[in-house]
Amino acid sequence: MSTPEFPRVDRRTAVKWMLTAAAGAVALGRTPLGWAANARAAEPSGKGYGTDPDLTKDYKPGDLWPLTLSDSQRRTAAALCGFIIPADSESPSAASLGVHDFIDEWISAPYPDQQRDRPAILDGLAWIDAEAKKRFGKGFADLDEKQMAAIGDDICHVPDAKPEFADAAKFFARFRDLTAGGFYTTPAGMKDLKYIGNVPLAEFKGPPPEVLKLLGLS
Amino acid sequence: MPFISPQEASAEYDVIVVGSGAGGGQAAYTLTMEGAKVLMLEAGRNYDPVRETPMFQNNSMAPLRGAGTTDKRAGFYDATVDGGWEIAGEPYTQASDDPTRKFEWWRARMLGGRTNHWARHALRNGPYDFKPHRRDGLGFDWPFTYEEIAPYYDKVEMLVGVYGDNNGLENTPDSPDGVLQPPPAARANELYAKKFMKQLRIPVIPIHRAVLTQRLDTEKLPARIHPGNPRAQRILAKAMGERAACFWATPCGRGCSIRANYQSTTVHLPPAIDTGNLDIVPNAMVREVTLGAKGLADGVVYLDKTTGTEHRAKARAVVLAASACESVRILLNSKSAAHPHGLGNSSGLVGKYILDTVGGSLVMQVPALENLPPLNEDGAGGAHVYSPWWLYQQQLAGKLGFARGYHIEFGGGRGMPGMGSGAGMEKFERGAYGAKYKEIVRRYYGTIMWFSGRGEMIPNENSFCELDPVVKDKWGIPVLRFSWKWSDHELRQSDHMVTTFASIANAMGAKILGQDPNRHRTGDRHIENGGRVIHEVGGAITGDDPGKSVTDRWCRTWDVKNVYLTDGAPFASNADKNPTLTIMALAWRAADHLLDELKKNNF
Repeated sequence: MSTPEFPRVDRRTAVKWMLTAAAGAVALGRTPLGWAANARAAEPSGKGYGTDPDLTKDYKPGDLWPLTLSDSQRRTAAALCGFIIPADSESPSAASLGVHDFIDEWISAPYPDQQRDRPAILDGLAWIDAEAKKRFGKGFADLDEKQMAAIGDDICHVPDAKPEFADAAKFFARFRDLTAGGFYTTPAGMKDLKYIGNVPLAEFKGPPPEVLKLLGLS
Repeated sequence: MPFISPQEASAEYDVIVVGSGAGGGQAAYTLTMEGAKVLMLEAGRNYDPVRETPMFQNNSMAPLRGAGTTDKRAGFYDATVDGGWEIAGEPYTQASDDPTRKFEWWRARMLGGRTNHWARHALRNGPYDFKPHRRDGLGFDWPFTYEEIAPYYDKVEMLVGVYGDNNGLENTPDSPDGVLQPPPAARANELYAKKFMKQLRIPVIPIHRAVLTQRLDTEKLPARIHPGNPRAQRILAKAMGERAACFWATPCGRGCSIRANYQSTTVHLPPAIDTGNLDIVPNAMVREVTLGAKGLADGVVYLDKTTGTEHRAKARAVVLAASACESVRILLNSKSAAHPHGLGNSSGLVGKYILDTVGGSLVMQVPALENLPPLNEDGAGGAHVYSPWWLYQQQLAGKLGFARGYHIEFGGGRGMPGMGSGAGMEKFERGAYGAKYKEIVRRYYGTIMWFSGRGEMIPNENSFCELDPVVKDKWGIPVLRFSWKWSDHELRQSDHMVTTFASIANAMGAKILGQDPNRHRTGDRHIENGGRVIHEVGGAITGDDPGKSVTDRWCRTWDVKNVYLTDGAPFASNADKNPTLTIMALAWRAADHLLDELKKNNF
């Protein structure tokens, strides 16, 4: 019997039994955006939460290990979060929910998967700020929406990116996935997706007739 | 208090039970309810799901939004503590450097063991599954039939509470009236897939899971489970009354503080403790079984992990339920003049025929599920339906190219958003950000489905474990070294799985995204690495012939009559059905036999 071929996807994207979106994040290692290497902070110094953490506590970025981003990096990260997920009629922006602090927590975590993201994210933040200065004479966080989009359009899709933007596009794809994960896990993000579970019910009835009809099952 | 330190243990017990999961929990339950004095030794810490389970926490309350790390492999909120594929200071080794011959060993060092984490899929083995060699000439038959085990399946299902239905399908046993709990209604995505699977002649029926969909009947069930034992009935009725029915929220893998699902810690241990016959020493790492007079076991040696000190415990009989490979390790480390190659190993078969479940998966995007109105699809915190193996006759006729079947677990839908939400959207649009991106995420949320095959592996000579000649763990105990090789049966079976799932995707008009990224596959094949499905069994297989098996029909070692194994170690085959329910049924039966032997003063 021949073996059918299907694409392999990256393990890190946490698609589990209740997975909610596609997996396909590009694995990022240390990137050739290395001209910005001087922007890197030292390797994470903290310890993980161990194999027996308190599972019932409410954790905030910085509770468990020191964060990394400088004020200026944090400002750039917040601007990028807000650019990727701005406020609209359904939900606030990722920046207003502090998703950039979650990304800081992520790249500061003393775990292998997160440490693999760290140099790419730090280099990418430095790159996008430098690119903004090159094109518009000011940092990314100070650009207007149109100016941000001018850069965004060059790097928002890996297969379409010109060679000079290839690494920046990989950074953007990863940063977008992290922003989405950070945003859609918050109560406001879950509400945006119209996730209405996580509440006790007296009974489970299955889908209503309206849904069965939409699915051609009635 | 039942939780004691080594110093507080009695001088002698009737039975020592090593391990507190499905096999240890069931053995201790059965023994203590019938009056035996039991000492349970658990290698991990005490754990209380009622107090410790994160029931309604959302992922933004967890570090890293709940993503898995090397400390918490299955995600922050997974109930497993102090466990995973690797445990600091307690290594295991591989006989081969070849990555396709790797075996991965999941352990949970905590009270309740792996019952805290499991999917609660509680499927009975069928008649074919106990006599596979008779059917196709491969592997080994068990020394008993389905009919002999069925009454124990009935009792276990009544005790732990299993939802499901009787569908009368081939080799997929029904349960007697009043045993099963009502199955939950199917979710939208499950119903949608069912429509197209039916066209492909793949049955979809309610799965059996150890979750209460209604409160247990405290009047009828205790009398059916413990006829003639009013004290046991009383104790069980109280324990059953303390369990709530599922309230259709929070995943079972986190544990269950309302005790609606089965975990040893909420179902087996509370009534066993209530008998007053159970002492439990946590953090007790058993090294070996010791021998006394007449060639019988007289206890165990264990390390107190909190102090590193060595202790002995004495009993008239020993039950090993440390998980298949851990129990094998204890047997192999129990060397004496009478048993130079380890206890129970006169056949040389201890550690041989380790089996896991064949796993293959496919993830897809289903356009029909886009833009549905809001739906609460949390349900019973796991699957509501599945597909039992449906090609028995074609297989027997030799038309498939592999000898044993698999069942299909599948799902998806509008679960609680996690780190994967919104990720990988470039697969759907040519890069997006801003308002457009938010629209795209909304459209595709809840439209992803996954299909996983869970198939039977046939025992082979290349898949086994033995003691590593050099490496010891931090307690000074020699560790296991694994050898592993899938045969063509399993490789072809996993190919058949993904081909089938691709057909389902095609029928549903779904876009195939790839294979489950959380699974480690073997080389360039679809099959997952050995151990990856966490269904490892075997290593002390049961049989009729002392030269060809380690344990007899009562799951006790041929060589030492008062040592029983009640975890997966005696499994002579590993049907596609998830092993836990069978572990519990066989543990109950072994404990009944052990009680008889104690009463007869046979040891």
